[in-house]
Amino acid sequence: MRILFFLLALATTIALVVILDTTKLLPAPLGRWLSPQQGIWQNAESLDHDYNANLTIPGLKGNTEVYFDERLVPHIFSDNEEDPYFVQGYLHAKFRLWQMEFQTHFISGRISEIVGDAGIKSDRGFRRMGITSAAESSLAFMEKDEVMRQTMDAYTAGVNAYIENLPESQLPIEYKLLGYKPEKWTNLKSVLFFKAMSYDLVGGDDDFEQTNLLKILGEADYNFLFPQAEDSLSPIIPKGIPFTKSAEIPLAPADADSVYFHRRDSLWFTQEFKPDPDNGSNNWVVSGSKTKSGKPILCNDPHLSLSLPSIWMEMQITTPTSNAYGVTFPGLPIVVIGFNDYIAFGVTNAGRELKDYYEIRFRDASRTEYWFNNAWKKADLRIEQISVKGSAPFIDTVAYTVFGPVIYDKTFKDKLNQNKAYALSWIAHYPSNPLKMWYQLNRAKNYNDYLDAVQYFNEPSQNIVFASKEGDIAIKQEGKFPLRWEGQGSFVMPGTDSSYMWKEFIPRQDNPFSHNPEQGYLSSANQRAVDTSYPYFIPGSYDMYRGVSINRRLSVMSNITPDDMKRLQNDNYNVFAEHMRPLMLRYVDRDRLSPEALRFLTLLEQWNLNSDIQETGPTIFENWVDSLRPALFRDELFRNDLPVIFPSDEIIAQSLIRDSSSFKFIDNTKTPETETLADILTSSLEKATPGLKKAEDDHRLEWGKFKNTSVYHLLRERMLPFGRLGLPIGGGKHIINATKQKNGPSWKMVIHMTTPTEAYGIYPGGQNGNPGSPFYDNTVLDWAKGQHYKLWVMQQNEKKDKRVKATMKFSS
Amino acid sequence: MRFFISIILTVLLAFAFGLYLPWWSIALAAFMVSALIPVKPGWAFLVGFISLFLLWGGLAWFQSVNNNHILAHRMSQVILKEDDPAKLTLFAALIGGVIGGFAALSGRLFRTLLR
Repeated sequence: MRILFFLLALATTIALVVILDTTKLLPAPLGRWLSPQQGIWQNAESLDHDYNANLTIPGLKGNTEVYFDERLVPHIFSDNEEDPYFVQGYLHAKFRLWQMEFQTHFISGRISEIVGDAGIKSDRGFRRMGITSAAESSLAFMEKDEVMRQTMDAYTAGVNAYIENLPESQLPIEYKLLGYKPEKWTNLKSVLFFKAMSYDLVGGDDDFEQTNLLKILGEADYNFLFPQAEDSLSPIIPKGIPFTKSAEIPLAPADADSVYFHRRDSLWFTQEFKPDPDNGSNNWVVSGSKTKSGKPILCNDPHLSLSLPSIWMEMQITTPTSNAYGVTFPGLPIVVIGFNDYIAFGVTNAGRELKDYYEIRFRDASRTEYWFNNAWKKADLRIEQISVKGSAPFIDTVAYTVFGPVIYDKTFKDKLNQNKAYALSWIAHYPSNPLKMWYQLNRAKNYNDYLDAVQYFNEPSQNIVFASKEGDIAIKQEGKFPLRWEGQGSFVMPGTDSSYMWKEFIPRQDNPFSHNPEQGYLSSANQRAVDTSYPYFIPGSYDMYRGVSINRRLSVMSNITPDDMKRLQNDNYNVFAEHMRPLMLRYVDRDRLSPEALRFLTLLEQWNLNSDIQETGPTIFENWVDSLRPALFRDELFRNDLPVIFPSDEIIAQSLIRDSSSFKFIDNTKTPETETLADILTSSLEKATPGLKKAEDDHRLEWGKFKNTSVYHLLRERMLPFGRLGLPIGGGKHIINATKQKNGPSWKMVIHMTTPTEAYGIYPGGQNGNPGSPFYDNTVLDWAKGQHYKLWVMQQNEKKDKRVKATMKFSS
Repeated sequence: MRFFISIILTVLLAFAFGLYLPWWSIALAAFMVSALIPVKPGWAFLVGFISLFLLWGGLAWFQSVNNNHILAHRMSQVILKEDDPAKLTLFAALIGGVIGGFAALSGRLFRTLLR
């Protein structure tokens, strides 16, 4: 009997431990999570946490000191060129380890290891894009450069020095919640981070949709709805600046007209792996002739998916040859957007299309041979073993062709027939050494140094803006761009011979570029960089209105101060609405509108065109346009559910303004009547009205509430309480303040090239990635309010300054 | 008296184990103390429960207060679906207590077995 009682009690104890240590019965291992000595409470960082430390690490070259200021920005001072990157790695790991690893796992197709079989599709997709093999060849290329190898080695060693001494109780909370542990950092992971950027910035394309649209619309209508440049384009390179043309444009293959531009079949599926279409950026620079001080001012705000922990971490890195301040990417050494004592630099996405598809014909289901240049050619098969949490590994086989990896075939798209497949050619597959540009920009002293630095930049192609204390301003669109014949790559291409392949690249000296233009300013906002006088075919996914807004404002400004520039970054004026609204108000038929719709129309009429949080106009405008788009195009474009895309807002506005009566897409071809613009404007407003009424009843007709800008934790819906939802901030698509629901200015920077440098910046989040730290999200509300912090470029003799809150010392 | 000594010893031993061993080592601590120091069988459960309730609740609350409950606000929404740091602390204390209680009871019954 006694033994029975004992066994019963023991069994209960063991059962409780097992239940609370695993997810066998409960959705979470609550014992493990809630243990005060190992679990989440350990991540509850004390408000007066002591960041001071004295670290002795064998192998360091010299001495490095880190001073943390009130916002936990580390100011790194080192007596040599390698240790500061070791320390940068150490600090990234200390504050952002989980995100660095998570992002590189994600891009290399290893997310199933963490989330289980829900991640398999994403993992297969990224592996089939050939990202890891591209990262491997880029790494080999980068490591041939001795300085870059040393820099990356130092960074990696710094990350690992932190990981090696990290007790389990101090693991970032996400590891505890997801139940895994960090692995060692490698140089390859840093390159994978680059490839993640390439995916975000040059990973987009609509080639499948465009292929269908060309067939549906015919060449003339297609070119009309999807033109290369818009009428109102305000390009990055001021009009009138002549371009050079040092290469011959290749000829289109002889059979292009019959098999490429007029293909017989349609494509029943589309590329599913697309980056956030809202990724973009603004940057601009004004020369001393336009500023109050006579010194240039440089501004930059990259628009990325907003997340916590933030994608950025602010730092100052001082070495014997450089004193760079700005934001860094946890995962990479060096300052990515910022300034030093001589120059400032910033980037926006070039938006060029650098991803093409080739239709492959495999000999049979084994995918070992494909038809190429009149013979069966062997494909290289790469076996991808995807580890899956909680189940057996998933094995995928990816065929590599001369064009690149086969992303879609019978095994990864059930709509594909046995032997048809699509190979991907992507600029990110080419070896590149983007780090070298940043390394040199961190050390640049003048315009020539800038020119020397940007030549190393291959991908992801960017508009790199520049200002110096000597007074130079410049912008250059840099990257490796295929030299295309007209129309090459806009549609899925035949992959049976070499005639459609990328062969040469646009010579670097022909890349769009401007230096000290007469107008005294330069800007870029993801618009097409050049007008139609540029000699090359440069398709892309461009955004026009922000560029129009910025250039219009800069052209009339004078005596500019940094405060003016901060205000411009926060500008909520909606140029798209300025173009569209008069037309909508003029043609809508008020007599036919319901009283409810008429009321919304009146509100729209009263709107001041600023997409501010308290305005209702933007909500009405956006909803009306959203219902107008399908009213115009659904009947003509959406046939048999083939994947297609709508023409851009720019083209819709431009077409209707140019031709409000006979624009052929106005008529709904599905009805016997011939609709007029009045008809479809009236019916589309009526159609949007119930949704607007619902929003009004829910008290979210005001733009700020309707837009509901939110900064999610990287785990998004899985971890909502770690995000900051429903932030009061205006702006939106086509607006300088490009803050959308989940995407927006991820860092806002204004640099005045005075001595000492006057600098301002802010990003939504905080320096510490730990959700249990007061520095996790401390800047979010200030960011939403449109504030910029004054950045402290610390001098070596300011160690005793009261802004220094903690000191870390590194030596061997 | 033994009751209080057992509680103090369990708290100390569980804390020490927690520095080096996995979280469930609290069960070992409670088991060992009540196997070595006999209290009335009915009280053994209470010894374990009170010890670990106090240890886990106290440590969690102490860390959370120093953190101004920043993390507990977030985690209580994740775990309990409501924003209540105190409730999360109580929840942690109860988990510690229940495991401590059954482990102590097992220890006490183990001792009976040996006799």
